[in-house]
Parts: sequence; structure tokens; C-alpha cells
Amino acid sequence: MKYYLDFEKPIVELQRKLEDLRAHPETHSLGISVDEECRLVEAKIETLRRQIYSDLTSWQRIQLARHPKRPYVLDYLKSVFTEFTELHGDRLYSDDRAVVAGFAHLGTQRVLVLGTQKGRDTKENILRNFGSAHPEGYRKALRLMKLANKFGLPIITLIDTAGAYPGIGAEERHIGEAIAVNLREMMLLEVPVIATVIGEGGSGGALGLGVADRVLILENAYYSVISPEGCASILWKDSSAKAKAAAALRITARDLLELGLVDEIVSEPLGGAHNDPAAASLSIQKSLLRHLSEVQAWAPADRLQKRYAKFRAFGKVNEPAAAA
Amino acid sequence: MATTLLKKKTVVNDPVEPAVTPPDLTTETTFLTKPKLVAKSKKRDIPEGLWDKCPKCKSLIYDKELDANLKVCIKCNHHFPIGARERIHSLVETCSFEEMDAQMESIDILKFTGVASYEAKLAANKKTSLLKDAVITGIGRIGHHRVALGVMDFSFLGGSMGSVVGEKLTRLIEAGTDRGIPVLIISTSGGARMYEGMFSLMQMAKTCGALAYHSRRRLPYISILTHPTYAGVIASFATVGDLILAEPGAMIGFAGPRVIKDTTQAELPPGFQTAEFLQEHGLIDAIVSRNEMKDRLMYYLDFMKVGGLATE
Repeated sequence: MKYYLDFEKPIVELQRKLEDLRAHPETHSLGISVDEECRLVEAKIETLRRQIYSDLTSWQRIQLARHPKRPYVLDYLKSVFTEFTELHGDRLYSDDRAVVAGFAHLGTQRVLVLGTQKGRDTKENILRNFGSAHPEGYRKALRLMKLANKFGLPIITLIDTAGAYPGIGAEERHIGEAIAVNLREMMLLEVPVIATVIGEGGSGGALGLGVADRVLILENAYYSVISPEGCASILWKDSSAKAKAAAALRITARDLLELGLVDEIVSEPLGGAHNDPAAASLSIQKSLLRHLSEVQAWAPADRLQKRYAKFRAFGKVNEPAAAA
Repeated sequence: MATTLLKKKTVVNDPVEPAVTPPDLTTETTFLTKPKLVAKSKKRDIPEGLWDKCPKCKSLIYDKELDANLKVCIKCNHHFPIGARERIHSLVETCSFEEMDAQMESIDILKFTGVASYEAKLAANKKTSLLKDAVITGIGRIGHHRVALGVMDFSFLGGSMGSVVGEKLTRLIEAGTDRGIPVLIISTSGGARMYEGMFSLMQMAKTCGALAYHSRRRLPYISILTHPTYAGVIASFATVGDLILAEPGAMIGFAGPRVIKDTTQAELPPGFQTAEFLQEHGLIDAIVSRNEMKDRLMYYLDFMKVGGLATE
């Protein structure tokens, strides 16, 4: 069975019609040839696709960001990077499989790449804890980022997580501290850091890998302080108000660019990255290389100062006294 | 807040929420302040003295006695909620506190349209809390130590961190760095403020970044966690202290207990997320009672001399 989202139904229906027509040419009814009718339907599908995908609501984009067929970090590690070699563990407690990290080549450059990995099926999801990292995941990330810093390797982070894991063990091992320390230490990394939200950017769990010189986001990814469901159940007292919450929170790539919270939107193939992973990978690779070369041109001290200034500027307040 | 209980019930069915803003704490703590208000209105006709009932040991405490003891139960050491201003008074030397950015106010950046607008929420909270936002910052003296002091107040939108809290704290930390003095932050918060969306989340990176530079100058930072401190605040400035202290019995964590229970379907261990639980698990340096806090801070600061080793 092909997986499709509710708003994709009209497209799927037309595609079914087209398949039927091809399978049973005798059923065609118009006064034109079967081939011509097929072409007509194809054209109609194309128009409809453009229409639907170019005007998605916030909630529809979130559905795409969570699409089960969407490429995950390990997929991009094979397509955007070459020779990825995984490095394991936080040297303290365990190897959190929700975070993958290692050396890789990006174009001709040696880099450290890391990201949060979701599972494709139940078995893999148990291994990857649905892409929700424990404290040891953030500590592994920091250990390797410091390693990269020591040897002058640029750092690329790929973010795709619903959030850090809310569990007893996570609390006992201080998940909050693990994230906070990353926020503080990433601010002082002298090497270039580029973060890209490729799917879900779930709150503190995403930010824990997201303090960077450039923050990029895929066209259908989202990045939010709270999940739309969580916000809906708190403010609307009804988790089904998630679509309203998603719109109010302004968490789509377009919203975030408009608000100045991300640096660039990385375009995806029509209908989402899963429709053409190769195209999505190419698009990511191009953006990463361009931003990396820009950030690499800065002196380390400059980079630190600019990174601080970038995050320092976020937020808007009203100061009556200062205005007077 | 008449809707408090209703809110509590409906939140039970929350989906997995690993986010920075925890759902249920606002309700719990507003609830804590409630009995006092009720008691006051009931006994308004009694001219002298009001009585508070300690929720822990159930004993009746004379109001003024409770205030004199910094809202700590005389019998069982239960810590009642306390406002930011009262806390500052209890710590700094008379007339030594110079408030910073006292006029700074939140604005509705996202034009947030929920059940109630953010603007309406802000207006209502200003009225009930008599505060402009959820933190008061300034430079003051504790004993002979000049410190940059930030104190959060839960009564303003559950102590949530939006742009104002993040900006005031960042300016405070930067002032600490510039003047070469210690930073002390007393936290109480439900987490990041939803109404400001991603701007709220970014305050976490902003405050931690400022602390990175403060720390690089070998300046001391003491974080004090009070009931309750959760989510976006726990995952940022509150847990990167050189010392992390907590008040007895304070609930402290990243995810709210209900969210954890719903996600894991596991029974939570006894005392989970209390200050005592955190100390037992090695996550904080010490538990300090409110009425001993000032002395203890002075003592610690004596050990954490600014530029103890030649600075870089």
C-alpha cells in the first residue's frame, strides 16, 4: 500500500484513474484515443500537484515533515556525504543510538557530521528510540564536537527529532543539563558549525544540536518551541486543535525565515523530500557547501563573535523608558 | 484563575510532549497560592493576624510569623511560594539593589491567536502579579559581595521564559561579565513561553551563550532552583551553574511528571524530580533552606573568588 496524506487524496484518486485507464483501455469513454486521455489525466495530475503542494497549510507541512517515507539522517549521510564512518558513545554511560555521529566527507572536505536518527520500522524505532535522544546522546554529540574543534574539522548537524526523551532515566541522568551544556559549549566552538533541520525540529531537543553559525531548514521541515499537539492541549485544552496551534506558533520554514530565525530554506522536490530523495540530497549538499565556504572564510574569533551576536539578537521586547 | 482545575483534568490525555514548555505546572503552582487567598477573604473581619495552613504538616501558622520566616513553615520547613521582590529583599543589603530594565515588557511578536490572545494574557498577568514580566534583575550587594542577581517569579505566566526574560537575564549576565562580578539566578519557571514561539526557544541559547563568556572570564555563577523549575529553563541557564542549589522539596525537571508517565507508561519512583531526588542522583550541589540561603551564598562566594587564578 502506498502511504498518502489526507490532502494528497485528490492526486491519488487521479493516479488510480490513470492506472485503471492504462490497465483497461477499453473503459475509456471520451471521444479521443486512450493515449491522449492518459496524457490529459497526467497533465491534470501535474497541475493538481503544483496547486496542492505550493499552498500547504502549517499542519500539512508538519505532516510532510513527519512522513514515514521521508529521508532520515542516515539516508542523507549516504547521499549528501561520502565515506561516513560512525563514532560511538559518550564515554560515560552508553551509546545513544538516537544520535548518530562520525567523520565524513562533504564534497572534498573532511567534516564531523552528527544528527538525530529516527527508525523506519518498529524494530528500528526501538533501537533509535523514535529519534528522541537521552542525555548520553547530547553528551556524545558534544564529545565529538569538541574533538572536531580540536582538529579544526567543520561540524555539520542534521536535526530530525520530536524532542529529547521524556523518561525517568533521562531525568535521572539530567537531560536538561546535557542540553544546556551543549548550548553553552557550542557557542564557543571555534570551527564552523552548520545546523540543518531536515524534518522535525522539536524544541530543546533540537536546539541542543542547533547552536550554529548558520541554521538551515528544509522546505517542509518545522522547528518549534513545543509540538503543535502539546500547545493545543495546553492552550485549547484539546489536542485536536493542533492545526490551529501549528499556525499560531509559526513553525514552518517560511514562517521562520520571515521571522529571521533561520538563515535559509533548502528547497525540496515537489510533494516533499521523499518523492525524490536524490534531488533533496543534492539541494542539501549545495546549500551546505555554500554556507560552509562562507563561514570558513571568517577568522575563528570573528566566527565566535558573529555566532554570539546572531543568537543574542533573537527576541523582541518593548522598552518604554529607552524610547523616551 | 477559575479555570485551573478544568485545565488540570483535560491535560491528562496529553500526547507525548517532550517539548520545552510543560503543560501542567502552571496549574499546580497557582493552586498552591490559592489556599492563602481563600483564608484571607474568609477572615477579613478578624482585625489582627491571619492564619495560613501549611499544606504539608497542616498546622496553622500566623501570617506575620510566616512572612518573618521567609514563607517557610516554622514546624516542618515547608517552603511556600514567594515573590521575586520578597526574595530580593531577603538576600541583598538594604538599598544596595539597583534594578535593571525595570520597564521592559513583552510584545506579541507572533500576533498569537489562541483561545485568549497573548496580549490579553499579558494584561491579566500584569494585574494579578503586579509585575511587568517573570523576572527581576539588577546589581546588588550580598554581604560584601557585589553580584548580578536575577530572580524569577512564578506568578507571572508561570514564570515562563519569553523574549523579556531571556533579554533581561542576558543583559544581567553581560553586566556581570563586564563588571567582573558573580551572577546569581534564582529560577522558578514552567519553561519557555509558547506565545512567543521560537523566539522563546532561542532565549535558551542566548542566556547560555552569555554564561559561556561569563564563565570564560573565570567568574562564578550560582544557579538556585526553586519550586517549580522545569523544561526550557532547566535545559538552559538553570543547569550550567558552577554551583547548583535547590530549595527543599522543590520540583525540578525537564519533562513534567505527567508527560513522563504518559510516555513511558512506567510508575514514577517515589520523590521523583524533588530537590532531594536530584541531590541523591548527583545532579545538584546542595539543598539549602530559604532562610539559610543568604548566609550560604556569602559563604560559597568567599570560596569562589573572582579571578582566583590569573585570568587569560
